[in-house]
Amino acid sequence: MKRLTLYRVAVVAIVIAILEWLCLHGTIDRITMPPPHRIVLDLYKLLASGSLNKAIAKTLGNASIAFTLALIVGVISSAVLHGHRAVRDTLDPLFATYYAIPIFAFYPLLIYLFGLGDGPQIMIGFMLAVVAVIVNTLNGLDRVPVVLLKTARIHRLTRFEIARTITLPYAMPYVLTGVKLAVAYSLIGVIGSEFIMSRGGMGYEISFAYTSFDNATMYPLIVLTLLAAILVNGLLTRWEKVLLQRRGLR
Amino acid sequence: MSVRWQRVRNALILIAGIVLVWQILFFMVGDIAISSPLATLQYTAKLVRTDTFGGHLRATLEAFGLAYLIAVMMGLSLGFWLGFHKLSGDVAEPMLVALYSIPKVTLYPILLLSFGLGLSAKVAFGVLHGVIPITLFTLGSVRNVRPIHLKTARALKLSPLDTVFTVLFPAALPEIVTGLRVGFALTLIGALLAEMFASQRGLGFLLMNAIGLHNVDLIMSITLLLVVFAATISTILLHIDRRLHHQARAADALAM
Amino acid sequence: MPKDDKVAAADVSLRGVTKVFPGGRDRPPVHALGPIDLDLHKAEFFAVVGPSGCGKSTLLELIAGLSVATQGVVEFEGRPIHGEVPQGVGVVFQEDACLPWLDVADNIAFSLRHADLSSAQKAERVQRALAMMGLADFATSYPAQLSGGMRQRVCIARTLVMEPRLILLDEPFGALDQQTRLLMGDELLRLWRQSGATVFLITHALDEAAMLADRIGVMSARPGRLIDLVETGWPRDRDSRIVENAAFGAVTARLWKSLREESLKTMGKAAT
Repeated sequence: MKRLTLYRVAVVAIVIAILEWLCLHGTIDRITMPPPHRIVLDLYKLLASGSLNKAIAKTLGNASIAFTLALIVGVISSAVLHGHRAVRDTLDPLFATYYAIPIFAFYPLLIYLFGLGDGPQIMIGFMLAVVAVIVNTLNGLDRVPVVLLKTARIHRLTRFEIARTITLPYAMPYVLTGVKLAVAYSLIGVIGSEFIMSRGGMGYEISFAYTSFDNATMYPLIVLTLLAAILVNGLLTRWEKVLLQRRGLR
Repeated sequence: MSVRWQRVRNALILIAGIVLVWQILFFMVGDIAISSPLATLQYTAKLVRTDTFGGHLRATLEAFGLAYLIAVMMGLSLGFWLGFHKLSGDVAEPMLVALYSIPKVTLYPILLLSFGLGLSAKVAFGVLHGVIPITLFTLGSVRNVRPIHLKTARALKLSPLDTVFTVLFPAALPEIVTGLRVGFALTLIGALLAEMFASQRGLGFLLMNAIGLHNVDLIMSITLLLVVFAATISTILLHIDRRLHHQARAADALAM
Repeated sequence: MPKDDKVAAADVSLRGVTKVFPGGRDRPPVHALGPIDLDLHKAEFFAVVGPSGCGKSTLLELIAGLSVATQGVVEFEGRPIHGEVPQGVGVVFQEDACLPWLDVADNIAFSLRHADLSSAQKAERVQRALAMMGLADFATSYPAQLSGGMRQRVCIARTLVMEPRLILLDEPFGALDQQTRLLMGDELLRLWRQSGATVFLITHALDEAAMLADRIGVMSARPGRLIDLVETGWPRDRDSRIVENAAFGAVTARLWKSLREESLKTMGKAAT
């Protein structure tokens, strides 16, 4: 595995090196993008000055709320739906086509319902994330082998215990897939809404920096967002991998 | 009642349910924020006949169509190559998964700076959204072809070309179609998002405009049209997806 | 020395037991089993053979309480069971039932979660089970790291540690090679004697049934009914070397004689 990581680092390094060269040579002009080293320095300055900490905290905070809500509602809904075949079958087409629907179009309605505060943004993040959790959790619940459920009955476990000691642990890797998607979607929902409805937060700052031709702020912010997303995703993937490897799956 | 009719019945119940919730919401909230199902339908009927709408629709379809075509071609080629070339596939896969998870909407300003406003930005954004899942699923589909199928092909002394077309491709097809389906939805979203910010034409722009002017009827109308379009195509692709997977699973079950 | 004074054995009786699976949207109901009359004597080793699909697993699930009979009564230790698994029953399934996220020791300990024992007593039982099944070196391994045969041993250990009075096994060695099966058969006999429990084994291997059991029930094709009951009369203190006994061939031959017609029926051919 170590060798592959080396290759990946090499690929990323080469890409950055090429970008650096293109920028310094003027093939990519300063207005489009500053050279990578410049972006790193600007990022450092930005974080050090703390001027955008409030925006960063706002975005990440709202995304976390959306994510947590999606997780709780998603897992509970999955547990309920899994036991009621008829309802689940009826909602199935909704889940299957959900991500083709432009959720952002519901933004005005949400403003009316939740006011002009952070509510609509959190709701959009939640709405985007919750179905990913439901679909993947249901998938995990489906996969619990019947033989394990029979074993649980032989051991005379109550329904709650079966869920806690057998169903949930078995479904965990699949639930984690949903969790990873929920992280991505809550960020997309919150930041995207901040683009539309300029009220603060990283999306707003990026949009403002764009319109002010302030690449020194815009690029570092974008890089910061990407790094945050990749970091969280990476940690979750590592956890998922441990769970799967223990089971002898890839 | 056969399974297919069950599905149709369930879909109808679902649609009826949604309309009901919609109507109730309308009663609660009033026409300052949404319009009733009936009013929306009437407005939509009028809207689709206008020329301006036709122009915007064409712009969106043009951008989306182009984006999807490019995403599919890129995704399939990249996916096949990474699937066959083990080292590249192993190196690239986690990186692609990481790219899949980042909020691509943040890259949006960069794309605007690189492609300017207009069609190329829309296409670029759509491609960016769609190409990654198509690549990942295609990669997976090649990897997941059961070795026994390849052994069978060798035992039957099939030529490499024959193997690809008569064994590999059909075996990989179900997963590829899933990728195409996911790619469809995401490319559409990508193109629409770009239209909302980077264009003076297209349904996305129309929507953004309507939001700005607080034209509730128009907002609801466009949303309805987009949802219906996306849901219809999605369902068709889902149907194909299911059929292919069902065949594959039945074949697997027999093989055991 | 058998331990039947420590752990009692259970007896089971079935009277007129039938199982019909209700039909679905496009499926007619399936008469899977019965009517069956059967008595399992305390501490005996009883095997069931029959063609595929004849309802052997259904029978096992009825006895275990995992399934409810459509008609008839299943009694466990004199009391009728009705879809509830009675206390004192252990089952080893055909499929791998190891919990993949727990290591071997934790898998075995899983049975004892509700047992009325101190943690020291539980640990001791787990250690004994590990030793009994030859898994002591693998206590901290995960099922994914073990072979199929070893995973089955974990499942057997997990069943034994509960000290059940009735042990049901559904083709436990189905996925193993012949040599391993014979050795596992020996182990099963040893465990049977040591635990003193009643054992009910389903197998499709006639020689395995003939070698291991005190009595063998032969089932017909679906709907499964008992068409023959063979008593082997082997001494309790037996192992796989019983195959050298002259009577062994006769038992196997008798099983096949009853079974051949039924198997042909299942394959869709007429007996010639």
